[in-house]
Amino acid sequence: MVLVLILAPLLLGFTRKVKARMLRRQGPPLLQPYRDLLRLSRKEVVLAENASWLFRSAPYMIFATTWVAAALVPTFATGLHFSWTADLIAITALLGSARLFLALVGMDVGTSFGGIGSSREMMFASLAEPAMIMIVFTVALVAGSTQLSYVANFMLTHASLRVSLGMALIALIIVALAENARIPVDNPATHLELTMVHEAMVLEYSGRHLAVIEMASALKLLLYISLIVCIFFPWGIAPLGAAPSAYLPGLATYLGKLMVGGFLLVLFETSIAKMRVFRVPEFLGTALMLGLLGTLLLFVSRSF
Amino acid sequence: MARSVLDIAHMLAGGLVLVSFMLLYQVRMFGLLNVFALHALVLSLSVAWQAFSQNAPHLYITATIALVLKAIIIPVALHRVVLKLGIHRSIETVGGIGPTMLAGMGLVALSMVVMLRAAAEADPLAREDLAFALSVVLLGLLVMVTRRNAVSQIVGFMSLENGLILAATGAKGMPLVVEISVAFSVLVAFIVIGVFLFRIRERFDTVDVQALDDFRGERR
Amino acid sequence: MAVNSTLVCIAVLLATSMLAIIVHKARLGTRIIYVCVIAACLIILGVAVFRLLGSPGSAATVTLPIGLPWIGARFRVDALTAFFQIVINLGGTAASLYALGYGEHEEAPGRVLPFYPAFLAGMNLVLVADDAFSYLIAWEFMSLSSWALVVAHHRDGENTRAGYIYILMASFGTLALLLAFGLLAGPGGSYGFGEIRSAQRADWLPGLVLILVLIGTGSKAGLAPLHVWLPLAHPAAPSHVSALMSGVMTKVAVYGFIRIAFDLLGPPAWWWSIVVLALGSATAVLGVLFAILQRDLKRLLAYSTVENVGIIFIGLGLALAFKANGMTAASALAFTAALFHVLNHSFFKSLLFFGSGAVLTATGERDIEKLGGLIHPMPQTAFAFLGGCLAISALPPLNGFVSEWLLFQAILLSPDLPQWGLKLMVPAAGAMLALGAALSAACFVRCFGITFLGRPRSSEAAAARETDSFSRSGMFLLLAACLLAGLLPGLVIDAIAPVVQAHIGGRMPAQAAIAWLSIVPIAESRSSYNGLLVFLFIGLSTIFAVQIIHRFASNALRRGPAWDCGFPNSDPATQYTADSFAQPVRRVFSDVFQARETVDMPAPGDPRPARLDIKLRDLIWDAFYAPIGRWIAYAAEKLNHLQFLTIRRYLSLVFGALVALLLMVAIWP
Repeated sequence: MVLVLILAPLLLGFTRKVKARMLRRQGPPLLQPYRDLLRLSRKEVVLAENASWLFRSAPYMIFATTWVAAALVPTFATGLHFSWTADLIAITALLGSARLFLALVGMDVGTSFGGIGSSREMMFASLAEPAMIMIVFTVALVAGSTQLSYVANFMLTHASLRVSLGMALIALIIVALAENARIPVDNPATHLELTMVHEAMVLEYSGRHLAVIEMASALKLLLYISLIVCIFFPWGIAPLGAAPSAYLPGLATYLGKLMVGGFLLVLFETSIAKMRVFRVPEFLGTALMLGLLGTLLLFVSRSF
Repeated sequence: MARSVLDIAHMLAGGLVLVSFMLLYQVRMFGLLNVFALHALVLSLSVAWQAFSQNAPHLYITATIALVLKAIIIPVALHRVVLKLGIHRSIETVGGIGPTMLAGMGLVALSMVVMLRAAAEADPLAREDLAFALSVVLLGLLVMVTRRNAVSQIVGFMSLENGLILAATGAKGMPLVVEISVAFSVLVAFIVIGVFLFRIRERFDTVDVQALDDFRGERR
Repeated sequence: MAVNSTLVCIAVLLATSMLAIIVHKARLGTRIIYVCVIAACLIILGVAVFRLLGSPGSAATVTLPIGLPWIGARFRVDALTAFFQIVINLGGTAASLYALGYGEHEEAPGRVLPFYPAFLAGMNLVLVADDAFSYLIAWEFMSLSSWALVVAHHRDGENTRAGYIYILMASFGTLALLLAFGLLAGPGGSYGFGEIRSAQRADWLPGLVLILVLIGTGSKAGLAPLHVWLPLAHPAAPSHVSALMSGVMTKVAVYGFIRIAFDLLGPPAWWWSIVVLALGSATAVLGVLFAILQRDLKRLLAYSTVENVGIIFIGLGLALAFKANGMTAASALAFTAALFHVLNHSFFKSLLFFGSGAVLTATGERDIEKLGGLIHPMPQTAFAFLGGCLAISALPPLNGFVSEWLLFQAILLSPDLPQWGLKLMVPAAGAMLALGAALSAACFVRCFGITFLGRPRSSEAAAARETDSFSRSGMFLLLAACLLAGLLPGLVIDAIAPVVQAHIGGRMPAQAAIAWLSIVPIAESRSSYNGLLVFLFIGLSTIFAVQIIHRFASNALRRGPAWDCGFPNSDPATQYTADSFAQPVRRVFSDVFQARETVDMPAPGDPRPARLDIKLRDLIWDAFYAPIGRWIAYAAEKLNHLQFLTIRRYLSLVFGALVALLLMVAIWP
């Protein structure tokens, strides 16, 4: 649990640095997100006059649900102590509740920006969440379980290229891009009304609340990359029941995979433009279609 | 046969189905031609893999024919035809993208059911490859049905051919002669269609088949 | 014993209904009636809990000498009845508790009070009926008393039309059920459920009966395309009655379906599940899509009920599919999931309706476009409503998530089904289920956000006041129930087990013995979920985060005007409206709505405001009901000529009928 907390801002810093380098800029230092979070949390919070108790407590709820979800994804070892409390479906639902709270606070202060953000976010969510569930189904039908530890273990021991898993991978990448508010769905670095979705919902936050929310979104990015890595590229992860000596190489491979994942994400982001809002449903519809196709294939025959 | 060999074959066949889906939602002519080139590329990769796994070297030739002819020559030629006809800016589909995609999904499901039922005694893995091939054929027909433009209908027809070739190479032991004849027939069909297109365009100033129906006196 | 006490309580409820006619004008009359109802419901509840959790015993039949002379009226309480009695009476208790406060605002108590206990009596009577005749009588009684409640405020708006359509659909449903029971009873006329259970039938009969039962109970439950009366009738009734109709009466319809399809019809055929799954998934998605577009708060909740009924029927369809193929464990899982959702929905839907009633009393408005900012004057109602929204959006650790999770696990067991139709239908149903869940989250963000958050959009909203303590206690009772069902799902699953055992022939593994109160539906290695631990983790993380931040970082806070990207505007009309919030979803799913947008822009220089008109069509209404209405009008028009015939024509009609009958006697072999 602590590991994901430490690594999340580092991942964010890494992606920003790589992106800047690709655009021939120097870019902020790697540890800048830590400094940003510290600075924000020391600042005074400025609340709108009509902000409610929901507004003040939601950042902690969002952070808590995202953190619990992130802590349930195997990183360097498959056997987590409490992995039996929640499976992939529960992780999806936990992220859904974080998103629900975020959308609610977008509407709390009663400005049009918040409304835009919440409305668009819920539209994306109405397609991204079924796509995610379909991906979970595909993976669960292949691995025989929805529990992430068992899935990771299965993928480790029965590695094979399968059509349905290929489709699930592409769909998961699309869903991850949409959920983390990356290009081509949303621009994480903009404040223009026409292009904001995630930023619009948190527009009214400041100080320590904003720090907590930024931490939560960094955790979410780490969660999705860890998820992709642990399900589809599990080599190097310490298997169930391995001795603690296997943790160190597991950790090293995990860090390496995070770097590769971050790099590929930035490569994709710099080579494509942000989509118009109403093209995103087609993009997400593709993910839903792929997930459904994968599930359908597995229903029809076990060897797909 | 090793599990991974078959998995890669499935993967390539599934990839071909996915590219057929991509054909369905292209709206611009050049995009359509590029995706068709990708379609032919994936087909040639798939055929080459079949050649490797079945130990049938003549299939390599089939793969090369598919690559050179369908992935390079025909798209380039169609590119030039499109530019000459001046239709590279038009966007033409019948029905929305959503319903078309759903229809595509339904066709894939249908071909799965049909193939896995009809060939129930056959080798299960070859059967699944055949199911994918049938999906590609049906999706190619869907492309032809949901397009107004004659050039896009040709592309649909070609992707249908690709599906047939996939089916033929999936089943073991198809001789090269048939391959050459198939390739030649494709070439001839293309030339004929190309000639016709130019004649139609000359005559009616358009290749929109809907307009042709109006000219023929049939009102919808 | 259970039957006798239930019958006594039902008699008490009927007596209370009579009492209400006399007492409704008295100052404490309302309170007395509702307290009596609470007492009766609590007794039935207690007896049912004891019956379900305690000794299985033998379900004895009590026969009363009323009704049809050669059968009498039979009543019986078995495990299924006991479970539904718990659902109904818990809902009834909560609604009556709520009404102790809400009922004070009723301006015509004489229209509501006599029918309310009768409604509850009718519902309870349906549950214990053990023969077709008493079942149908109780069913009609339930419909009629709820109709009286729907038209209680018959001068407001569209309530009369709502009542008309409701009574029409209810009668149609009862007709279908009548035919179904007639077919089940067979030519011998044995209406008792015991005889129906053991009768032998032709092969084609159970299929036909299933279709009729789907029509009959489905129309009452709100299954598409028979759901059109629900969004009209449920909002028209007073809020506690709406809660009962949505949360409880629909469950009585589900009980009817289960009783016939799982109990009386014998072994199911596999194609039944295709029909049920198709209808269920279509209902789920259609219900929530329409819910997202509604401006009327109660209508939104009514459409959401339609969605949840669809989800329940998806679960029942899966259970039928597994049962038809002999996969008992999977069938038990799907059946448990459906029953769990029945319980959950009655909790959170009633909670949401209570909240809407509180909002209605406080502001006098049902239109959410005129509300906003209610979280400040009504914090406790807002908190309870938020809990209801979280529960219905299927979010852990509340109860909605558990039933959806169990349904997903059941879907994951489906690839082993042999039939091709099922292999294709189940993934589609799973995708629709997931889509419905995601859309319902969007719907309730909109509902809560526009109603309670933001700034007040009208003076009524600005002048709102918190509701009285009875209403609030009703809401918090249900919120606590939601939380408990979410944290301790194993107990609920074990409580449902006797029902499942009786009708499926198997049950889910016993959950009470699992460590840490997790639930393990199939096997540990497949999946497990622990609501309590998830709740604890979230709670501990929140506390940890708050402590760390407040200890080591700053604690300072300052209030100021809203930032709004540097363009603050104090007019509440600049905030997002409900229509604008729904617009992206409406565009994405535009094929379902056939929405037409027309913009009326004034010419430059013309100071009048621009106008945006959005016209929505209900395709089901246009496709099914409007043509039927037109055809009936046409037929009535033509048949009207029969009123004006000459005497000679009438005589020839009589003559013709006589000749036809004599011909039949002559020709019939």
